[in-house]
Amino acid sequence: MMASSYNAKEEDGHPSGASGHGGPGVVKSKKPDNTAFKQQRLPAWQPILTAGTVLPAFFVIGLIFIPIGIGLFVTSNNIKEFEIDYTGVDMDSPCYTCAKNSSWNNTTPCTCSVDFTLEQPFESNVFMYYGLSNFYQNHRRYVKSRDDSQLNGGRSALMEPSKECEPYRKTDGVPIAPCGAIANSLFNDTLELFHIDSNGSRNAIPLVKKGIAWWTDKHVKFRNPGGNNNLTLAFQGTAKPVNWRKPVYELDPSDPENNGFINEDFIVWMRTAALPTFRKLYRIIQKKSSTTPTLPSGKYTLDITYNYPVLSFDGRKRMILSTISWMGGKNPFLGIAYITVGSICFFLGVVLLIIHYKYDTRNNSADIPN
Amino acid sequence: MARRSSEDTGTVKTPESRRQRKKRSKENKTRTVHANLLYDAANKGEENPNRHYANNKIKTTKYTVLSFLPKNLFEQFHRFANVYFVFIALLNFVPVVNAFQPELALAPVVFILSVTAIKDLWEDYRRHRSDKEINHMDCLVFSRAERRYVEKYWKEVRVGDFIRLRCNEILPADVLLLSSSDPDRLCHIETATLDGETNLKQRQVVRSFFDLDCEFDPLKYNSIIECEKPNNDLNRFRGYIIHRSGRRDALYKENLLLRGCTIRNTEEAVGIVIYAGHETKAMLNNNGPRYKRSKLERQMNVDVFWCVVILLVLCLFAAVGHGLWMFQYGDKRPVFDVLSPEGTDLSPIMSAIYLFLTMIIVFQVLIPISLFVSIEIVKICQVYFIHQDMDLYDEETDSHLQCRALNITEDLGQMQYIFSDKTGTLTENKMVFRRCTVAGVEYSHDANAKRLAMYQEMDSEEEECTSHGGTLPRRDSVTSHQSARVVLRSQSTKSHRRTGSRAEAKRASILSKHTAFSSPMEKDITPDPKLLDKVNDCSSQMDFMRFHSQPMSQLPSDLSDTIDFFIALTICNTVVVSSPNQPRHKVRMRFELKSPVKTIEDFIKRFTPSRLTSGSNSSSSSSLITNRSSNKGCSSLLSSPSAESTLTKLHEERSCGGLENAFSPVPPSYDGKASWNIEEGELRYEAESPDEAALVYAARAYKCSLVGRLPDQVTVELPHLGKLSFELLHTLGFDSTRKRMSVVVRHPLTDQITVYTKGADSVIMDLIKPPNTGRKFARGRKRQKKIVCRTQNYLNLYAADGLRTLCIAKKILSQEEYACWLQRHLEAETAIQGREELLFESALRLETNLQLLGATGIEDRLQDGVPETIASLRKAGLQIWVLTGDKQETAVNIAYACKLLDPEEEILTLNADSQEACALLLEESLHYIQAKFLCSSADQTTKAFHSSFAPFDLYPSSSLSSSSSHAAPFLVHRLGLVIDGRTLAYALDKSLEDKFLAVARSCRSVLCCRSTPLQKSMVVKLVRNKLKVMTLAIGDGANDVSMIQVADVGVGISGQEGMQAVMASDFALPRFRYLQKLLLVHGHWCYSRLANMILYFFYKNMFVALIFWFQFYCGFSGSAMIDQWYLIFFNLMFSAFPQLITGTLDKDVSAETLQQLPQLYVNGQNSEEYKPYMFWMNMIDAFYQSLICFFIPYFAYADSDMDLFTWGTPITTLALFTILLHLGIETKTWTWMNWLSIAFSIALFFTVALCYNASCPTCYSPSNPYWTMQRLLQDPLFYLLCVITPVAALLPRYFYRACQGTLFPSPVQVGRQLDKLPADTRRNILSLTRVKVGSPLSPKPPFLSLSKASPKGCNKNDQRSISGSKTLEATQGQADEEEDRSCLSGPTDSEMHLSDLYTLVPSEIDTLPYTKDAPQPAGELQPPSTEVSECLDKTLEPSDVSLSSWITSTPLLTPADSVQLNLLPDGASQCVRYSRNSEDRLKPDHAVHPAHRTEQEVEQLLHTKL
Repeated sequence: MMASSYNAKEEDGHPSGASGHGGPGVVKSKKPDNTAFKQQRLPAWQPILTAGTVLPAFFVIGLIFIPIGIGLFVTSNNIKEFEIDYTGVDMDSPCYTCAKNSSWNNTTPCTCSVDFTLEQPFESNVFMYYGLSNFYQNHRRYVKSRDDSQLNGGRSALMEPSKECEPYRKTDGVPIAPCGAIANSLFNDTLELFHIDSNGSRNAIPLVKKGIAWWTDKHVKFRNPGGNNNLTLAFQGTAKPVNWRKPVYELDPSDPENNGFINEDFIVWMRTAALPTFRKLYRIIQKKSSTTPTLPSGKYTLDITYNYPVLSFDGRKRMILSTISWMGGKNPFLGIAYITVGSICFFLGVVLLIIHYKYDTRNNSADIPN
Repeated sequence: MARRSSEDTGTVKTPESRRQRKKRSKENKTRTVHANLLYDAANKGEENPNRHYANNKIKTTKYTVLSFLPKNLFEQFHRFANVYFVFIALLNFVPVVNAFQPELALAPVVFILSVTAIKDLWEDYRRHRSDKEINHMDCLVFSRAERRYVEKYWKEVRVGDFIRLRCNEILPADVLLLSSSDPDRLCHIETATLDGETNLKQRQVVRSFFDLDCEFDPLKYNSIIECEKPNNDLNRFRGYIIHRSGRRDALYKENLLLRGCTIRNTEEAVGIVIYAGHETKAMLNNNGPRYKRSKLERQMNVDVFWCVVILLVLCLFAAVGHGLWMFQYGDKRPVFDVLSPEGTDLSPIMSAIYLFLTMIIVFQVLIPISLFVSIEIVKICQVYFIHQDMDLYDEETDSHLQCRALNITEDLGQMQYIFSDKTGTLTENKMVFRRCTVAGVEYSHDANAKRLAMYQEMDSEEEECTSHGGTLPRRDSVTSHQSARVVLRSQSTKSHRRTGSRAEAKRASILSKHTAFSSPMEKDITPDPKLLDKVNDCSSQMDFMRFHSQPMSQLPSDLSDTIDFFIALTICNTVVVSSPNQPRHKVRMRFELKSPVKTIEDFIKRFTPSRLTSGSNSSSSSSLITNRSSNKGCSSLLSSPSAESTLTKLHEERSCGGLENAFSPVPPSYDGKASWNIEEGELRYEAESPDEAALVYAARAYKCSLVGRLPDQVTVELPHLGKLSFELLHTLGFDSTRKRMSVVVRHPLTDQITVYTKGADSVIMDLIKPPNTGRKFARGRKRQKKIVCRTQNYLNLYAADGLRTLCIAKKILSQEEYACWLQRHLEAETAIQGREELLFESALRLETNLQLLGATGIEDRLQDGVPETIASLRKAGLQIWVLTGDKQETAVNIAYACKLLDPEEEILTLNADSQEACALLLEESLHYIQAKFLCSSADQTTKAFHSSFAPFDLYPSSSLSSSSSHAAPFLVHRLGLVIDGRTLAYALDKSLEDKFLAVARSCRSVLCCRSTPLQKSMVVKLVRNKLKVMTLAIGDGANDVSMIQVADVGVGISGQEGMQAVMASDFALPRFRYLQKLLLVHGHWCYSRLANMILYFFYKNMFVALIFWFQFYCGFSGSAMIDQWYLIFFNLMFSAFPQLITGTLDKDVSAETLQQLPQLYVNGQNSEEYKPYMFWMNMIDAFYQSLICFFIPYFAYADSDMDLFTWGTPITTLALFTILLHLGIETKTWTWMNWLSIAFSIALFFTVALCYNASCPTCYSPSNPYWTMQRLLQDPLFYLLCVITPVAALLPRYFYRACQGTLFPSPVQVGRQLDKLPADTRRNILSLTRVKVGSPLSPKPPFLSLSKASPKGCNKNDQRSISGSKTLEATQGQADEEEDRSCLSGPTDSEMHLSDLYTLVPSEIDTLPYTKDAPQPAGELQPPSTEVSECLDKTLEPSDVSLSSWITSTPLLTPADSVQLNLLPDGASQCVRYSRNSEDRLKPDHAVHPAHRTEQEVEQLLHTKL
């Protein structure tokens, strides 16, 4: 807008190309080219939105969406899900005392166990989640509070973490590994699942703790510093996060492939949840054989090492057992949404049909008298 | 009027000492210029007094390499939006509030700034290049060292240099003319580059160097020039030159050659540089581009403001929310609430305040940063397309439309009022001589008329076979002319903006061959045989008498009138004669004097018998060649005798008389001697106005040709008599106040001092000699009376034919009278104070007691397609006002010819003599309109009734302006208003302007005649400001400039009258008819495109609402689930292209339909595409869509293990799809470009996302989206979301659009439906009447839907209306009758009633208060029979041809015709009658106050407005 008008002036003053330099004899005509583009006559599709023309679209959308919705709804309903809240808010809940006493600097572990019954057997692989509510992992400053280079095993970043980690960057001058608020607030409850036989014996259900994180996270984004040989050495000169009970290289002493920064529980936690109520994959219960269900119906006990305090911010902790389908976990919403939108489209289509027959024909006759 | 201002020779200033002068120059009032030569040798100009003056190097660039960055940034920060965005970007660097990576947040601002900067840089580079080109042009500068002129670059020229200029060279600087090779010491220049006028102007050598006969030698020059400081007034230059002798000579603008002009017809000239480089007048006049803000942009800015409000509200909401969220946790700080980087614990209130700032950063996109840039880009593209339109290209002049203001294209689509000039705009301004009356006898020139008709035919044929581009065959031509090919002509009409580029020089050389205002059509005039006989007769008699030394007075008076008439036509003008082959060729028969009588001594010299006997006179035809070197001495100084003594001499000698025989007639044989070898046919006439040229060509057809014009004499060739030289004593130039011009000459045959006057009939008729008392003159008196009477009749006829009339008169002065007048005139010329007024009075003294010779009728043909254009523009709801300087009759007739006025509509003519009369007239008109149209307005709902009548009832209340925009279409009645300049002056008075507007706006067309440029602009301003409407002014001449500048959009016609109008305009058209396509098609498109794009932009930016919804789920922490990269580049990259393409290319309706259905233009007039509520509707829609786009993914991923940015990415994708599909719904035309751009956008997003997500596993904190997109693409849920969300989001809009398309389609949509039909069907439909644009369900009920109630409404109003009731009752019966009749032809009920209502109009005419006075018997008027039949034809044409406009929706059905037929003669006579009335009233008009003169000075440039 500012200087552009000068532009046009310039063009007038200096005829471009041949007309300027061709001399008086060959003054080129300024006649514009007769091209479709320049004359704005490009072939075009000109849809006109009237009841008649959009009618089919509405019906088609309706007819496509409703079956999809039904399919999704059925799929979602086939997914088995079990959820148990073990926060211990109520007096009668088993974890009430643990919940009351738990705090970040509590060193003595508190355990409690919750009994529950599965009405239906879980057939395929069962995914075990822990769920937190009212936990704002998406808080702006919380989300930022990490150092990806440190987590990627960067040596310099290990000793000199990014400023983003403040105020969980250093303690007494010693760099924290892993730094930042996310790591600091790592979920540290331990959940163990037991199947209670009909005879009352507790059978520990094997929980697989690998394969719960994204492959790329585990293998690309997260790396331990200085190779994998001796983590204790690698993390020398760093401090554990303030809220942690044990340093990062002791997250899973049993498996060096799951220790340090590449501990999958840690990796999963580091992927900050989108919403304040979220679940995170904790363990996988693998299907043993095709004949027996992974989790047969019956009584179960969940043993919890209750470390993680949530009551201060009115949070809730849950344990979720769920099978998954191609579309993920149980969520009937999308199916319902598809059905709803499809139905609305269909309904509007009918409305348009009425409008079309009532008004469109008359309108046309008005336009075209003969 | 070059000659007019050369009168100030006499001013001699008192001498001052050098010291004083120096002191003065220090005070910076004047500039002193010495010759550089004196200082050349000395050390490099140390003491050169000129060294302080700017040199001739020009630099129009804004920047240097170093200053570019800071200066450009500084300039860009003048735009508030830029400052805002930079502020936000900088805010990001504050750790407490930062939302994004600071560096990243800078990106958009940097991008926008750099785009603008690059554009500026490129423009500046172009300027630099053209500067360089200009600076390196060559010119000849005198070098002291080499003692000759050497070639130097322009930039090396300095003030004080001597420059030699050759023919066709462009002046490098402002130069004082010191010498010219021209024998008259003249230098012709063409000022096309400055003011666009293509005629030649004469410049004179400084007086002291006048008689310098030998070559000017710079070395001998030793004078000092003192002159004004540089200023930008092209028409002013004052100063004096001080010679060594101490003598001073005044300098005038006639002595100054301005930079950029081209030397013509002069072989060589030498001058000294006075102003150079940037101090030249041309450069000082070179203003920067104008900046206008369009209506749409103004509207947009309001909504930008609302966006700011929304932004603040959102931020405030979030801030409060955050404070509360913090507050609920109290002292227990949750783990996820991270402390500030400093580790301090913030109180909820502080956090809220910080968060407010953070949110401003996050939501910054709400203020559309790219909107401004996008609009600019789209407008440039639109301008490009308008430029490229073939339909706006004029083959004949090889010119197309120019958009000079790039930022108001969309205003073209919103015009409501058009103010048009008449001459040159509606008409061709090709003046063609049509007929004349001499001594009361009319010569109809039938053959000539036939010839013209032939041309017209040929024109149309030529159009059909343009490829041949053949030359016009000329028939009946008396003389054969070199055809000034139209292509050559066109060169002159191009605009020259920069002064002097090389291309221009080339063009100029072509230009030199052409002649102003002459095409064969104008030049070849077939003489009327009767008149030709008479001229021959007359001249042969005169020849006879001359040889027999009989006094010429014995000639029969009608014969002498005839010859005088032609002599007057030939010499009473300022036409310059030149010959194309030899530009320097001059036809001359010189007296010794070189200029018109300017001083008393000149006069005495001429009239001293002794001089006559000296013999020099005998060689009065002596050629310049023999004289030139012989009588001129080398002395540079003139000795001037004292004025007093000569004056006394004059008194003594005056009584001697006996001058009768002093001047012997010049035998024709004398002339051919010198260089008179060129055929007369090749002479070219360069006139300042086309009608001057037309008259000269007309006279030539009768063998009275102008063959030479010098300052002091005019040479005319007459049949039998050969060449006669008229000594030109005085020229009183044309001015718009006097409306006439006169020349005072000494007739070579009779030796009488004769005044020939030519002027507007109204003026001349009043100056005709009142009957003399003497018995001797009784016969002559009677004859003269008869002539006057008859001529007046013919004049009326001419005017009725739409011809421009001029009266020719003469007057013979006696020696004494002349001397007496001259003395006073010279006093006036030398007067210091009030010179203008004195000169004016002096002219008045001379131009009295004239003897009428005859009158001419010149046709100014309508341009092609003007009536059609006006008709369709009117159908488009545009009010067209014609503001012309022409006389009322001519204007009215042209208005009829171009269908501005309809024969079937009634005309209110307002001619008032006084303020009171004007007030009364306006009052009456108002009452009349009220009474007459009360009934028809009652058709409307009561609300409409009130709104439409509020202005009448309540004026001058503010309701005038408030109701205007909506009520305007309802108010327009089938009325025409004609008002003359004087009445207009009264009406524009503060007290009356509201009334005037109330009357004018209810008329369908308004015609203001005899209006001055100032009045034109006042009218435009009044309408614009009071009615709050969009105005367009179109004109072609300098008198339209002020109007063009005042209007919202100024359009210049690059026609015959120079480029001033074009220079002042925003758009320049080659022809008036292109206005139709420009407005109806391009205006409509530009408007609807931009309006839709802006709305879309606002809508699009609401996608940040997604983030707002998220705040509810992140504790109002200012967190964003959308990756900051997406957020920042979303507008800039991912969604930018489709909207630009749509904004540039979308066509809601095809060009053909838009032109065939002008009603669609109303769309833009009412701002239908972008109304304030639409912004809010869009916002609400965007709000809804953002809700859908947020909550569908929200619920789909609720309580899942989705992480923040993996969840945000689908949302971004969805938003992109939704936004693009939304654009798809709003896009009306899908070309491959649209498809491509949308595909490109989507592809770009995914490509960028995939690359971005794969590029770095540790970067891009905090989102670190490594492999996110890749993973999402494997997730079926992602696709499912991408399908449902856009559908759900756009469902309401799509449904609404579909319903709207069916239930209440806008006119545009109906137009679009028409587009879809096959071409044949469409044409059929459009040619039929009944296309109802706007369905009955339309929210704006046209008259039609309500008209059924009309009879009832009528009756109801009968009681209410006071004055109108009677007539209504009377006409009711008639209406019923008609109803019966019309039943036969079978229109629908409603239509019929309407037609009834409108046919009431004619029957009421006689009840008008102001039609009562003195109806003229129709017989006296003798309306030409052709006219009547023509009019009949017009009305008989089925009015169905025109589409029934949906505004007025008055189908003019056949029943109406019967009434119109009755009406017609009445109506015709009425119009003429008015003109007669006005004529009477106009009579005292010549006493126009001199005070008006300054205003009208612009107009003086134009003779055409006689």
